Formats: sequence, structure tokens, C-alpha cells
Amino acid sequence: MLVFVIRRLLQSAVVLFAMSLLVFLGVYAIGNPVDILINPNADQEDIERAIKGLGLDKPLWEQYLVFLRQAAEGNLGKSFAFNVPALQLILERMPATLELATAAMLIAVAVGLPLGLWAGLKPDSFAGRSIMAGSILGFSLPTFWVGLMLIMVFSVYLGWLPSNGRGPTTDLFGVPVSFLSWDGIRHLIMPATNLALFNLALVIRLTRAGTREALLQDYVKFARAKGLSDGRVIGVHVLKNISIPIVTITGLQFGTLIAFAIVTETIFAWPGMGKLIIDSINVLDRPVIVAYLLIIVTLFIVINLAVDILYSVLDPRVRLSDAKA
Amino acid sequence: MTPPVDSPAAITEDAALAAPAEAAIAVPGAAEESPFRRIAADFAASRLALLGLALFALVVLCAVLAPLISPQNPYDLAQLDVLDSRLEPGSRSGDGKLLFWLGTDDQGRDMLSAIFYGLRISIGVGVAATLCALAIGTSLGLAAAFFGGRADSFIMRVADIQLSFPAILIALILLAVLGQGVDKIIIALIAVQWAYYARTVRGSALVERSKEYIEAARCLALPARRIVFRHLLPNCLPPLIVVATVQVAAAITLEATLSFLGLGLPITEPSLGLLIANGFTYMLSGKYWISFFPGVALLLTIVSINLVGDQLRDVLNPRLQR
Repeated sequence: MLVFVIRRLLQSAVVLFAMSLLVFLGVYAIGNPVDILINPNADQEDIERAIKGLGLDKPLWEQYLVFLRQAAEGNLGKSFAFNVPALQLILERMPATLELATAAMLIAVAVGLPLGLWAGLKPDSFAGRSIMAGSILGFSLPTFWVGLMLIMVFSVYLGWLPSNGRGPTTDLFGVPVSFLSWDGIRHLIMPATNLALFNLALVIRLTRAGTREALLQDYVKFARAKGLSDGRVIGVHVLKNISIPIVTITGLQFGTLIAFAIVTETIFAWPGMGKLIIDSINVLDRPVIVAYLLIIVTLFIVINLAVDILYSVLDPRVRLSDAKA
Repeated sequence: MTPPVDSPAAITEDAALAAPAEAAIAVPGAAEESPFRRIAADFAASRLALLGLALFALVVLCAVLAPLISPQNPYDLAQLDVLDSRLEPGSRSGDGKLLFWLGTDDQGRDMLSAIFYGLRISIGVGVAATLCALAIGTSLGLAAAFFGGRADSFIMRVADIQLSFPAILIALILLAVLGQGVDKIIIALIAVQWAYYARTVRGSALVERSKEYIEAARCLALPARRIVFRHLLPNCLPPLIVVATVQVAAAITLEATLSFLGLGLPITEPSLGLLIANGFTYMLSGKYWISFFPGVALLLTIVSINLVGDQLRDVLNPRLQR
């Protein structure tokens, strides 16, 4: 286990290093930040001074080393647009995105698991078929368009839910969250549902497939033969076994949720990291773009590692130290 | 897959060694055994899949024939009248000549025509990107499987790392660096997709490589290029076709999403995503049709492709065959 974690951490460091190099080369070498930073009417001397001031006259590898050294100190540069450290800007927006993604994940599992179980237990019933048809729709519907339709129905025509923003936030252990007030929840419902749709379909499918497979297994037959109630057979024996792939996939999907939050946040004007990156790309705020990408890559590495470890806890048959990661 | 056809006439050529897929082309006389006929028949067994195919054909037809069937040319400013802007579906134009079935946008543009033209761009970009990614991914995957060793582990490790990030994030990074444009979004879509094909083709190529017909081809000392492209590749096609079909839908969705975010296509190439983004502004004032109908067109396109892809997956999957 320890060997596995250490090996994975080393591997993650390599990936992070490679990504930082790629992002650095991509964002800094293509195009010239001076063109955006400096007044276009500046004369040649001013431009050269600015280039020197930013350290852009040095060779690329030296610039990269400076960038790396500063990054290791937690300094990812200052945002051009807000003139505050990029890292701070992103960390300020992170709770909003995490709250949205967590809410979406909870909705997906809380709704998807029962529906998937139902469809798995009664695959040929009308309800089972409808649930599956709905899940296909969940895969096919473009997220952003569903978001628009939600706004149209629930904000414009019915007027039930607000169409944008996060509403009032309350501090929970120093982190601003919005799910503690009714108005905050009202703001959260639509974006979270929108973000949850794809994963909801995924959870339904996984649960259904897992249930159908588990029902044929000997341990289920044995439990039935033992005279256990249906509720116990399904609730304990089946559910426990199908939870392994579901936990893995939903865990891995958490990163995807954070990435897809970019779209949802833009539609619902949710003040998270995703909206920040779109705004930053539009004004070419390079330090923020680089910082966002590095943070999200780190996040992904952490999530993947956490899922692998959780997997071994849930399924004792998996031995991590044996796995050649 | 059908077993290799033993045709005496072909024994002198290596065609006989090339097993199922190539044999089907080489020996069309074996009508009942032809995998293409069998696949077509199996495919037609699902009415839903046929419906999907018909729907997709209709969508493509609308896209191809857009200039002929559109009530107006939505991008010829001379044909637009600002007085007709934001009319509800079913309204008539000010001069009474045109009936706007699906309403008009803020420029007085007929939405139906705009959707036909938008489909052209959306499907064009999606298909072009998929074909390029298919070519690149397949070559890399085949190379990885055929040469093995360092090349294999390098290509596959890159693919693994890339696939551990969501497509939208990678496309976003690239477009942030490259900027807007048709060529740029196609590059981004290729970069996102290639790994799927590389992985798929490598997987099946590794299985095929150890089979006897490849061994036989090697014993004949055929050049590597010929073995890879005439023997290995045709037998790796079925899973590739399935992945490519589904990826066209994914590419169209991703392009629409990126264009909606303002990162994909420039305003001069109004794909469905841009039409939807344009309507977003008017949605809050209850003018739903500017976003709603392009979205329905996008949805129909994606669903029809997915229906076809689902059935293809079942038909081409050797494990499900009787």
C-alpha cells in the first residue's frame, strides 16, 4: 500500500512537471504578453524595458526555471486583470465550484441509485424501460442547452427559481457556502441539477448493469435460499457489491464535474473557478490561466489517487502494492 | 467474424491470408457469407436504429442542401429586414412574402434557414475533425501495437494521461492558446479525440497480431507496411467504426459547447452552438425560439448518431454474435 502510494506520488510529480512545461510553453511562448500588457503607443525603448522587467529577454529555459521556482514558493504570478495573486483569486472562487460539484454528485447518486436499482430489478417493466430511455437522453442532451431550457422553464415562465448568481452565503468553518440558507439552496438547485444530469445517467446505467449481474450470482441465490428478506438481499448483499464500480466511477467523475462546471457556471453566472477561467481567457489573463490549469491538474491527480485507495478499501480483493501503477 | 474464405483462385495472392474483412472485398461472390450483408441485416433488426439512421440522413440532407431548401439566405444582408427581428414562430415577414416557421432572431433572420446553415458548419466541423483524428489515432495505435517497446509505452502513456482529463478541459487549454477559428477548433477536437482511436486500435491490433494469418503474412516476408495496412488494419476496423460514430456526436457536442462559451468558432461561422449562444441573451425576456430550435436541431443530430452508434456496437461486437 505504502509502496503504491509513493510510486503514484512520484508518477504524479512527473505528470505535474510535464504539464507545467506544456502549459508554460503553450501560454508563454505562443504570443507575447508584452503586447497585451503595454500601451500600444509605447516607443521601442519602453517596450524593451518592459521585456527586461518581466524577464522575457532571458532564454526560454531560464524563464521556465524562474517560473518553476516561484511556483514552488506558491507564487503563480499576479493576475493582469485584477492585480492580485492568481493563486489567491482562484482559491477564493474554489469553494463555490466545489459546492456546486458536490451538490451535483449528491443529486446524481441520490436519484440515480434508486432509479438504477429499480431498472435493474425490473428490466422489462414499463418503468424500467422508461428509466433507461431517460438515461440515454441524459447522455445525449448537450449540457449547456439543458441549462438554458431549465432557466426558460423555471425562471422565465414559472418564476420559481433565480436564474443566476449564488445568492447569500454563510460562513461554515470560514468557508463561504450557500446551502445553509433557503435562498442559497434556491440558487443552487438549477445549476446543480444541470451539472448532475450526465452523471445521473451514468449512475443509473452502472447501477442497473451491476444489479442485473449481481442477481445472477451464487451469493444472491444463497442469501435468498437462506430465507433473507428481499430488502436485505438487495439492500445489503447486492448494493454492497455494486457499490465498488459506482464509487470508482463517481469518484473519477468528480474531476469531470469540476471541468464541466465551466459550462454550468457560465450559464448560471455562478461565481466559481470555471467562470473565472472563461473570463480570463477572454481577456488573456495569462497568470490566471496558467494557475487554473496547474491547480486543476493537481486536483485531478489527487482525485485519481484517492479513488484508487478508496477502491482497495472497498474491495479487499484489490491489492494496491501488487498493482503496477 | 466469418472464418477466412478458402478461395483457390486467391491463394497465389496474399489476399487469402488477409482473413475476414479483406476476404469480403476480394470474394463478393460468397453473397450469403458477406459480412456487409449480414451487418446490414442485423442493423435493420432494430427499428430504433433505422429511425436514427433515417433521422441522421435527413439532418445531413438538410445540411447539404441548405442553400436550396432554405426560405432565405440568412447571411445575405440584403435579404434581411430589421423590422422582422425577433418575430414569434409562425409570423409573416413585413412584406408578407415569407412565413417564419420557427421565428426570427435579433437581425430579422429566419431561424429555420439559420439552422440549416448552422447544421452545415456543425456537422462539417464534427466529421472533419473525427476523420482526421481517426487517421492520426489509428496510425499511432497501429504503430504502437506493431512496433511495441519504447514507442508503444510512450504513445500509450501519453494517451493515458490525456484520457485522464476531461475532453472539454483539453480543448479549452488548446483554444485558450490558439484562439478562435474553424481550423483551430478542428485541431482542438483532433487533439481531444486521437487517444480514443489509438487505444481502441492498439487493443484490437494486439489481439490480431498474434493470430495465424499475420504470422503467415510475416513468413511470406511481406513488407511491414503491407502487413499493417492490408492485413492488420482491416481486421481492427469494427471497433474503430463504432468509436468513430459515437465520437462524431461527441465532437459536434463539444464544438457547440465551446462555441457557446465563445471559445470555438468565430461569429462569421455560425454553427448551432453560436446560434444558441446568440439566443441566450433574449431568453430571459421570454423569446425562447432563438435558442430553443437550434438546440432541438443539435439534439436530433446527436441522438440520431448515438442511436446508430449503439446498434453498430451491438452488431459489430463479436462477443454478442450467435
